[in-house]
Amino acid sequence: MANSEPVVLDVDGLSALFEALKRRGYRVVGPTVRDKAIVYDDLDSPADLPEGWTDEQDGGHYRLLRRDDRALFGYVVGPQSWRQFLHAPRVELWHGTKSGDGVRIEADPMPSEPLAFVGVRACELQAIAVQDRVLMGGAYVDPHYRARREGAFLVAVNCGRAGGTCFCVSMETGPKATAGFDLSLTELLDGDGHRFLVETGTDTGQAVLAELPHRPAAAAEIAAAAAVVERAAASMGREMRSDDVRDLLMRNLEHRRWDDVADRCLSCGNCTMVCPTCFCTTVEETSGLTGAESARSRRWDSCFTMDFSYIHGGSVRSSTRSRYRQWMTHKLATWHDQFDMSGCVGCGRCITWCPVGIDITEEVRAIRGDGPN
Amino acid sequence: MTIFDPMLPRIARTRRRRRDGPAVWTLDIEMAEGGPPAFAPGQFNMLTAFGVGEVPISVSGDPADPSRLVHTIRAVGPASTALARLGPGEVLGLRGPFGVGWPMEQAVGRDVVVIAGGLGLAPLRPALYRLLAERERYGSIVLLYGTRSPEEILFRRELESWRRRLDIDIEVTVDHAVGDWRGHVGVVTTLIPRSAFEPSSTVALVCGPEIMMRFAIASLQDAGVADDAIYLSMERNMKCAVGLCGHCQMGPVLVCRDGPVFRYDRIRSILGAREI
Repeated sequence: MANSEPVVLDVDGLSALFEALKRRGYRVVGPTVRDKAIVYDDLDSPADLPEGWTDEQDGGHYRLLRRDDRALFGYVVGPQSWRQFLHAPRVELWHGTKSGDGVRIEADPMPSEPLAFVGVRACELQAIAVQDRVLMGGAYVDPHYRARREGAFLVAVNCGRAGGTCFCVSMETGPKATAGFDLSLTELLDGDGHRFLVETGTDTGQAVLAELPHRPAAAAEIAAAAAVVERAAASMGREMRSDDVRDLLMRNLEHRRWDDVADRCLSCGNCTMVCPTCFCTTVEETSGLTGAESARSRRWDSCFTMDFSYIHGGSVRSSTRSRYRQWMTHKLATWHDQFDMSGCVGCGRCITWCPVGIDITEEVRAIRGDGPN
Repeated sequence: MTIFDPMLPRIARTRRRRRDGPAVWTLDIEMAEGGPPAFAPGQFNMLTAFGVGEVPISVSGDPADPSRLVHTIRAVGPASTALARLGPGEVLGLRGPFGVGWPMEQAVGRDVVVIAGGLGLAPLRPALYRLLAERERYGSIVLLYGTRSPEEILFRRELESWRRRLDIDIEVTVDHAVGDWRGHVGVVTTLIPRSAFEPSSTVALVCGPEIMMRFAIASLQDAGVADDAIYLSMERNMKCAVGLCGHCQMGPVLVCRDGPVFRYDRIRSILGAREI
């Protein structure tokens, strides 16, 4: 289905892409600068993109910095991920009304506006694939996720640099987008101008591309785009040996490193809020004062709360040690058992946004016995 | 196209409510519309007290008569308390049934030892109904039941009537004897060594507090029952019951999806870890 030959789109062509998507009824969402961070929000045109910005990331550290060029995608991932649109933080499930001696239940409406994401990184495409498996791949499908996910148009962007906490190469999820996109862009910014090498992933992508002014890519441009991705691959801020990590962690459920990390972990749940694959939710029941009306909603939940594992008599995981272990072993080990894939895509958000800079790659190394480096 | 929404409850109505112990009530319910959902012994439903909340409750009734949907509820939190208070004709929500139940087919032709602790008898009662209804398909049947005190014995009249049968052994023990109790005193696991079953051809069905199940496993192993012949019903926090909310994780398994009944050898490694 993928286009055989890559093409080139200039900056005006990118504007045309936004227009084409809006013409087709998509709500266009992508990266923009707000609150000194790159966030994902509604975009009107490429002018809303974080032009000339980059980011500096490390354990518990995130800063936006100016670049010396006008790159539109010269940063990596911020605190948010696409899951806030596909697996919304809060969903109204149904409301019930007492009528006579019964109750009438009505499902709350599903969203119908199709989404177009511009600037999806390779690790994020994998994160979407992970949530697809979790929320649509089992015996029961989450209809709220499916309503948002099906019909979403994904424009991937290949990373030209890695962030300080990135380790997609270790998790084999990037930096090049290889599947799961409608169109993918590689930003080229050199003596020959500012333009994008475009690859096509689907027929819909092909149809949209046909509406945009483009030209065939020169061999030098294809090589330049490959060099962009190689540069990112060579500059990973973190690495983690992942081939043995599943067995390693399950063999070491009582390792003393869990006590060590528990001394640092605040059990704040930030890692679960920024993780693009975390899918856990809880439900909330509300009712009017008279009790005639009630409603149930669903919101993101975190395995770092005490409530999360509460059953009559107490929480199954009452210690921080057990809750950090649950989160990390779930991502790297038991996700394989539950969903036949890893729950970690190597995006590094949990490292950057941990207020005390706990580094999942360092914890794995410590348990393996390599020691921190 | 309408997508099936597993989070949407169906409306049900209480038909009958009876007390089954301190703060324990058994509700017979019927669906307001449509047929009753067929269930397998060991499965559970999500029951909603409107305006209060939803909780997982095992079906405790007879699988041969799904029109009488029976749930035994201990009032411990807001939702279970509200459910336990529902009188005849009152409305509740129901989703289900969910989960993997007891291995009734794998037990055919073998001795069956049923070990229950406290409220753990409720999810085992459908299995007992099935065993007794198809009595000729099974070998010896033993029920070992322990509660804290005599007044907490569930389904007492039914147990007494079953006990008059000559084709099932029923032993009941209490942790603390009070009043006129003349039965066994002690934890349920003490009954295991004195029970008549052939360990090499036995299937054990166990449900109760986790600590009780651990000791029951050890006693069954001592008696010579193989790990792959022991089945446990596990309890974890559940919000969705359909594998989507993440709450019921127990290491590699999702209790709602892969359980609640597990063959012991398949979860042995994780049951040994604390706070898993």
